Amino acid sequence: MSSTAAHYTASELLAVMSSRLLKDGQIVFAGVGIPLLAATLAQGTHCPGLTILFEGGVIGPVIEPGKLPPSTNEQRCTVRANMVLASTDVLLLLQRGYVDIGFMGGAQIDQYGNLNSSFIGDPAHPKTRLPGTGGGNDIASLAQMIVAMKHEKRRFVEEVDFVTSPGFLRGGTSRRDSGLLAGGMYRVVTDLGIFGFDEQTRRMKIVALHDGVSIEQVQDNTGFKLEPARDVEVTKRPTERELEFLRKLDPERLYTA
Amino acid sequence: MSDSYLDLRRKLTERDRSLHEKVVSLEQAAALVKDGETVGIGGSTLSRTPMAMVWALIRARKKRLTCARGITSSEGDWLFGSGACDHMITSWFSQGIVWGVSKVMRHYTEQGLARFDEWSHMAMGMRFRAGAMGVPFLPMRSMLGSDVVRQRPEVREMECPFTGDKLLLVPALNPDVALIHVQRCDAYGNAQMDGLQFLDIDLAMAATRVILTTERIVSNGQIRRVPDQTKIPFFAVEAVVEVPFGCAPHECSGVNEPLFKHMDYYTSLVNKEPVKGMAEYLDRYVYGPKSWTEYLNLLGLDHLLEAAKGGRSVSNA
Repeated sequence: MSSTAAHYTASELLAVMSSRLLKDGQIVFAGVGIPLLAATLAQGTHCPGLTILFEGGVIGPVIEPGKLPPSTNEQRCTVRANMVLASTDVLLLLQRGYVDIGFMGGAQIDQYGNLNSSFIGDPAHPKTRLPGTGGGNDIASLAQMIVAMKHEKRRFVEEVDFVTSPGFLRGGTSRRDSGLLAGGMYRVVTDLGIFGFDEQTRRMKIVALHDGVSIEQVQDNTGFKLEPARDVEVTKRPTERELEFLRKLDPERLYTA
Repeated sequence: MSDSYLDLRRKLTERDRSLHEKVVSLEQAAALVKDGETVGIGGSTLSRTPMAMVWALIRARKKRLTCARGITSSEGDWLFGSGACDHMITSWFSQGIVWGVSKVMRHYTEQGLARFDEWSHMAMGMRFRAGAMGVPFLPMRSMLGSDVVRQRPEVREMECPFTGDKLLLVPALNPDVALIHVQRCDAYGNAQMDGLQFLDIDLAMAATRVILTTERIVSNGQIRRVPDQTKIPFFAVEAVVEVPFGCAPHECSGVNEPLFKHMDYYTSLVNKEPVKGMAEYLDRYVYGPKSWTEYLNLLGLDHLLEAAKGGRSVSNA
């Protein structure tokens, strides 16, 4: 079957593209939504030996098609897991260094990969109080991160109102200087492309564009100047096999509509 | 400074720690919590929330409670909306990811009517763990460099005396009382829990006293047959209340899944009108019913049994 004929939603594109970034044998600390779909898809395709961790306190569950957990803190997360443990102890696996990839969604991101899920506006008098970090700060502080999110100008801002989950803070060596010795933003996956961070400036750059997307289109949808693009690749479209797997996993389209 | 440590120890010795029966009603348990106390809430998000106990505290018209929980869901709305609590210490506060941002949380925090102190989830865990260990703080490596830490005057940064690494010190959190719901315990308070424990064991040992609610009370003999399953020892527990479906409309592992239809109804009501909608909800579901059983009746037997079916069969995979 020709993969180029496949139709898919932006969320399905995010899930497929992020799943391809995962490698077999990795231990992945995943949030619900796209991260969980992507990690499960990776397990079903090229990463049979990938282990998922959930913040509630779960090591290596099996995600049943059609029974996606509503958060990483419910009993559905524990189905056929290898181990359940205290939330503190699963988070401490990040600090100990067992986690290869932290994987979450994002609401607002800046040029250094900092994420905001706490305040819109001045924190002292916020326009909007958002739910907060949860384990997001811990994951982003202690692991290599993949973030999957929709590419919109209002979400890709020069400077976030509040650094909830640290990327490279103010760029350069500022992350390490603040005491965050490990981890950092690895990739941001959007419906337009895949982004990384310059080794020196730690500012966001284009790594790959999805089929039919131009550099201008990406820049137009980004609220800051991206690092000059070099050696930009073009991603391969989602295959029928990948899409079929995702649709079985999420038949009600909770996360892929 | 060490007075506070000796105080913490002394408070434990003031309780009768013998192996004795301590089964009480929800109302009697609520009377054990004083206005202005710090209350640790067990479970996380929609899971193993001691909902019946929170419900009973609100009905008893508690005031100025400071509440602490790993992740806060709709019980936090109830506590703010009822005026029982004006200060929440937590890592995340909204009803649940699927319902977006809680308008109740937004109303009370944005208007300056209540405090929401944000810590990372691991920091909440380390604070309870330090409390459980009887030490004043624990070091950790997250939250550094972020704006979350800039909002927290309670913390200190230090250079490790051995390695020179920069570390964040988070202070112990020793609540006056912990509210924890479990699947089973005996009349003495030996508690066994199934599924995810979240921060509950550290919370129980950090708190000065624990109020347990339980799906069922089992004999001490049953507890002693599988003592490795006991997660909270009787001497930490001040009171035991038997409350079947005591987490509804949230879930309890192996007992019931969340009552999603009720949560959908609740969130649409309060997120439309955070003050009026909440008042309407509290009148109908919290102040109105004569008992927890009558509250469950309002949720509906069909809905409850459907959630119970889901909870009991969740591990049938």
